[in-house]
Amino acid sequence: MTQTDTRSQAPETGRRLNTAKAMVEAIAQEMERDPAVIYLGEDVGPYGGIFSSTTGLQERFGKDRVIDTPISETAFIGMAVGAATEGMRPIAELMFADFMGVCLDQIYNHMAKIHYFSGGNVTVPMVLTTAVGGGYSDGGQHSQTLWGTFAHLPGMKVVVPATPADAKGLMTAAVRDDSPVVYMFHKGVMGLPWMAKNPRSVDVVPEGEYVVPIGKARTARAGTDVSVVTLSLSVHHALDVADKLAGEGIDAEVLDLRSLVPLDRTAILESVGKTGRLVVVDEDYHSFGLSGEVTATVADEDPTLLHAPVQRVTMPDIPIPYAHGLEYAVLPRHERIEAAIRKVLA
Amino acid sequence: MSTSLSQPAPVPEPTEAQAPGLHLDDDVRRDLFATMVLSRTFEEAILREYHADKGPGFDIGKGLIPGEMHLSAGQEPVAAGVCAHLTADDAVTATHRPHHFAVAHGVDLRTMTAEIFGRATGLGRGRGGHMHLFDPAVHFSCSGIIAEGYPPALGAALAFTRAGTDAVAVAVTGEGAANQGAFHESLNLAALWKLPVVFVVEDNEWGISVPRSASTAVTSNAARAAGYGMPGERVEDNDVEAVYAAAERAVRRARAGEGPSLIEVRTLRMWGHFEGDAQGYRPELATVATLDPLPRYEARLREAGVVDDDAGARIRGEAAERVGDAIRFAKDSPLPDPADVLSYVFAEEAGR
Repeated sequence: MTQTDTRSQAPETGRRLNTAKAMVEAIAQEMERDPAVIYLGEDVGPYGGIFSSTTGLQERFGKDRVIDTPISETAFIGMAVGAATEGMRPIAELMFADFMGVCLDQIYNHMAKIHYFSGGNVTVPMVLTTAVGGGYSDGGQHSQTLWGTFAHLPGMKVVVPATPADAKGLMTAAVRDDSPVVYMFHKGVMGLPWMAKNPRSVDVVPEGEYVVPIGKARTARAGTDVSVVTLSLSVHHALDVADKLAGEGIDAEVLDLRSLVPLDRTAILESVGKTGRLVVVDEDYHSFGLSGEVTATVADEDPTLLHAPVQRVTMPDIPIPYAHGLEYAVLPRHERIEAAIRKVLA
Repeated sequence: MSTSLSQPAPVPEPTEAQAPGLHLDDDVRRDLFATMVLSRTFEEAILREYHADKGPGFDIGKGLIPGEMHLSAGQEPVAAGVCAHLTADDAVTATHRPHHFAVAHGVDLRTMTAEIFGRATGLGRGRGGHMHLFDPAVHFSCSGIIAEGYPPALGAALAFTRAGTDAVAVAVTGEGAANQGAFHESLNLAALWKLPVVFVVEDNEWGISVPRSASTAVTSNAARAAGYGMPGERVEDNDVEAVYAAAERAVRRARAGEGPSLIEVRTLRMWGHFEGDAQGYRPELATVATLDPLPRYEARLREAGVVDDDAGARIRGEAAERVGDAIRFAKDSPLPDPADVLSYVFAEEAGR
């Protein structure tokens, strides 16, 4: 029986997995269920994915379904596009979102546009998985999130799980979706043993088939004083800050967007309508991106909902620096989130 | 047959296509000619309609057929010779200059024409245009981005092998695309996995205004094919029967699960890169019309007694009738409703 998440919170009791294992579990269940599902990418076979996105899958499903590709993103992502138009349900992994530059044409000009160009006569049911995010000094070509760039280009859904349960439920939904879905997993939420991690990267994950509908935000913490609208790893940071401020009587609501496309504008407006104050936390670049879009959503609908100017906690418009102290000066982490909340409440 | 991920085949020597054996049946030869005539008739009609209302002067965005228009006149031998070996179960991924391959592969003329006219009855309901034609009934697609039609052909080929069929994918580019990354990545991967792909390179000498000699030091892409471990042939004289023979070998090899091949054809872009291109960069312009492959092939067939006046008239008459019907269908079709412009971005919005 398929469980569909209709709750705002993940279940509180049951089996606990890290995010990577939850993601792999969903892929395995979908591969079991549908022989048209295959997984293609670099180092997804015996290595199991550089960030453990495919651990054990090749051993279980064989080399013909979990396929190590050459370092040739244009060829194998384009191959996934063509296979999807011919009835398969490929999952193609772009190892780092930062590598989009070598293969973007297949993503935004082909994967995302064929359905529209064909007037709905051709579908492209594929998933593009990709690792995003910084925080471990990997430098400016291996630390970007770039979800705003993908979301800006029409024709692909963009999902960004923050929790183990969502990693599973959104993956199931993505594989079953008849539209192309970009599934962006933050390295910092995977629960990898070789990287600093938030305790929330291990949590309860429903067993069996589990679907989280794409396009519904999740209230990660209900509150009345301020809406912290965020996604991915920043959800964990925001919850940490909210827990701390609760001790001072500040009751912050944390809204996990879960997806950029579709963007759950209703949830944003409902939350801001309740609190009257908005902080957007987005690890992507500051300008022309998600934080502006969330802010514009409120301004377009009803700017009088806001009792104070919006605070945006984002990556400044600079290449992400290498040195730990420099990188942490620009990542949207606890101190900056806390300062923004205090400012919007001042 | 499942896709093999084993070692690629031994590297074959690049070859120049053999002079045609000329053992083709008369029916095959007439069909090749008829396909070329249909394609040319179609493009002459598009040319006429395209320019009918671009004035005063030439406004590219104006008229019943607005936008860029890349016509393939002169390149018909490539499409006719290759597609003669295909069925509706085989895939073709074509280029920004797609009409000859669409016609030769049996894309529905009416709905293709309606798409070019931007009508609601078009292949893409007016959302694609002439560079973005998708006909799933015959697995046809094209792309306006140079070389980027190659990777999806690999995916079609993969899907065909996984479905247990012997269908093949034909991937078409021009010679200019052979200097793009997607071309090289695709050849490498298709050879590595022995995918049933036939790579076709239409060498019409010109990448818009830049000649091949200014784009690459490689004189034959058959050599590049060899570099990736697949057979490559180059057909030098835009001869439909030589293309037919080369394609027969390549398609047979692909269907047998032996992997991809590449065929490069020295062909001829008779008209501009796009309509409105005055081609001042082209020194041989005055002689282009004398190289038209259609009268050359017709003369050869007449000399061989394969086509006479009656057959010629019948072939032209049938082509004119089909094209006329398609143009009428397009012009009589409704324009798409702008109120519906947001539909078909995502699959659940599809109306059927």
